Amino acid sequence: MEQKRDTLLELHDLSVSFRMYDSALKQTELQMISDLHLTVYPGEVVAVAGASGSGKSLMASAVLGLLPPNATVRGHMHYCGRELTPEMQKELRGGEIALVPQSVSYLDPLMRVGKQVDGHKKDSSPGKRRGLFQRFGLPERTEKLYPFQLSGGMARRVLVSTALMSDARLIIADEPTPGMSLEQAMEGLQMFRELANEGKAVLLITHDIDLAFEFADRVAVFYVGTTVEIAPASDFRAGPDALRHPYSKALWKALPQNGFVPIKGTQPYAGDIPKGCLFAPRCPWADEQCRACVPFVRDLRGGEVRCFHAT
Amino acid sequence: MKEIVWRLGRIFLTNGIKIITLLLAVSLISFILVSASPTDPVRQYILGLGTAISPEQQAEIEAYWGVNEPPVERYLSWLGELMRGNMGESALYRRPVSDIIGERFMNSFALMLCAWVLAGLNGLILGCIMGMYQDKWPDKLIKKTCYLLSSVPMFWLGMLFLLVFSVTLRWFPIGFSGPIGVLSEDVTVRQKLYYLILPAFTLSVMSFSNIALHTRQKLIDVLNSEYVLFARARGEGRWTILRRHGLRNILLPALTLQFASFAELFSGAVLAETVFSYPGLGSAAAAAGLNADVPLLLGVTLFSTLFVCVGNMIADLLYGIVDPRMREAVK
Repeated sequence: MEQKRDTLLELHDLSVSFRMYDSALKQTELQMISDLHLTVYPGEVVAVAGASGSGKSLMASAVLGLLPPNATVRGHMHYCGRELTPEMQKELRGGEIALVPQSVSYLDPLMRVGKQVDGHKKDSSPGKRRGLFQRFGLPERTEKLYPFQLSGGMARRVLVSTALMSDARLIIADEPTPGMSLEQAMEGLQMFRELANEGKAVLLITHDIDLAFEFADRVAVFYVGTTVEIAPASDFRAGPDALRHPYSKALWKALPQNGFVPIKGTQPYAGDIPKGCLFAPRCPWADEQCRACVPFVRDLRGGEVRCFHAT
Repeated sequence: MKEIVWRLGRIFLTNGIKIITLLLAVSLISFILVSASPTDPVRQYILGLGTAISPEQQAEIEAYWGVNEPPVERYLSWLGELMRGNMGESALYRRPVSDIIGERFMNSFALMLCAWVLAGLNGLILGCIMGMYQDKWPDKLIKKTCYLLSSVPMFWLGMLFLLVFSVTLRWFPIGFSGPIGVLSEDVTVRQKLYYLILPAFTLSVMSFSNIALHTRQKLIDVLNSEYVLFARARGEGRWTILRRHGLRNILLPALTLQFASFAELFSGAVLAETVFSYPGLGSAAAAAGLNADVPLLLGVTLFSTLFVCVGNMIADLLYGIVDPRMREAVK
């Protein structure tokens, strides 16, 4: 309980599954996230890394309560120590929890930018928006523009300012960097770093892990909808020996600057996940135990890992 | 400003050229069709006179009308008169075609305008309801009604409405645009409106399902879009989203559809006016067709072509003015 009071967001054994109909119109459950855990403290940037389909964006939707109606959520989500209920999510959306989406396509194409940043709430003031635009170096005329008239860099800053209109405490940034030049991506991530330095918590969902661990405090590695490792970002900067889980090590080695070594095999499809450790079929350390049962999360060297053999 | 004027001018010019060439083509094709048809305008004309006529007199009329000249010459002389604004004289009504079209069109215009506004509003509202309650019972109910209405023949529906509302319930008159026995100059606006309600309603029923189903699909697309997801993430509720993003994004295609529906509107009016004996352009077209009144038929054909073209042009123009992506792209 002591810890729960301090954390801003805490996810425990979170599972998300979808009801689907297969070709024979038989109803099946497709498990997309299984036993995921994650904690976020105020004032830190937590990067979430993992391949496409590892459940990164889905987790964001689950936290915001924006999953489609055919999704089922199990497990625990706590916000400020309180159970995150649908009613609470409704309250927090657009308030304490803000989403920074990926691209300009998340803005209404037919509404002027100023009006969109102001949002639907009656108490939002154009003055505050102007202040934010100034802070991010957006010219005043930006408010009169339509989304299609924004450059990539302007769009990113506009999207970040939407999150700050509401004094959010938790900012979930869903892949804010793809399609950007290195300088743009650095600038974007720097914005999130500054927000965390002001005391906000930032959950940074990203593919660009090499950039992310320059700016993040901790990095969570997702694999097939579960957290395999949570490590201080410094461990990622230090190299594979500082990391705990074989998947994190492999991910590090797969980066272009670290040898570009591909990981053997492919990530299993959500409808076809292994019985034991999810990574066992591709793991060099896997043995009978790994194939038979799912390893528990344990603390290791200042991080957390879901592996029997990690040292 | 100068930019916009120049752009509008260019649109008018290109559309004008398009319309004129289209009118020429339509005039040629309909002229060929009428010439090839077995109807004999001379015989119809003589029947209309009501008196017997000697073969010499008939030959005189034929010579006067140029019936025996080659078709190309006949077409060219008709076209030449048309250019001078002379659309000929109706064999059925014994009055200049342009007068009949003008007078009948005013009646039709009132009918079509009412039906058009009614269909547009109903279509938009019902489409929004269906989109907001996708796959729930209001959606299913309205959707099935729309399918049903769009597959029911217009004239049958008109007769059904007459039977129910005029004959059985006696809420509405059974036809015409004013009470029988009253001179058309003496019919009040209230009476005119009263006589307009049922035909206009019938006509609107025919086209609103199309608009409603389009609106439904468009709204569903909008609600599944990334910007609506983001709006939800920012705490906007269902109805706020409809008001802020839904209407804004469906209005444009709905407007286009609305102005592009002039063709269906006109063809519907022909049937509705015939069923309700409403003295509009549509019933004139039907009468002209049935009585081989060639000048009137050709006149109505050309006029309706123009009418539909203007509708499409307005749709084109509106898109450029209303959509900021097209309007501001010029700047």
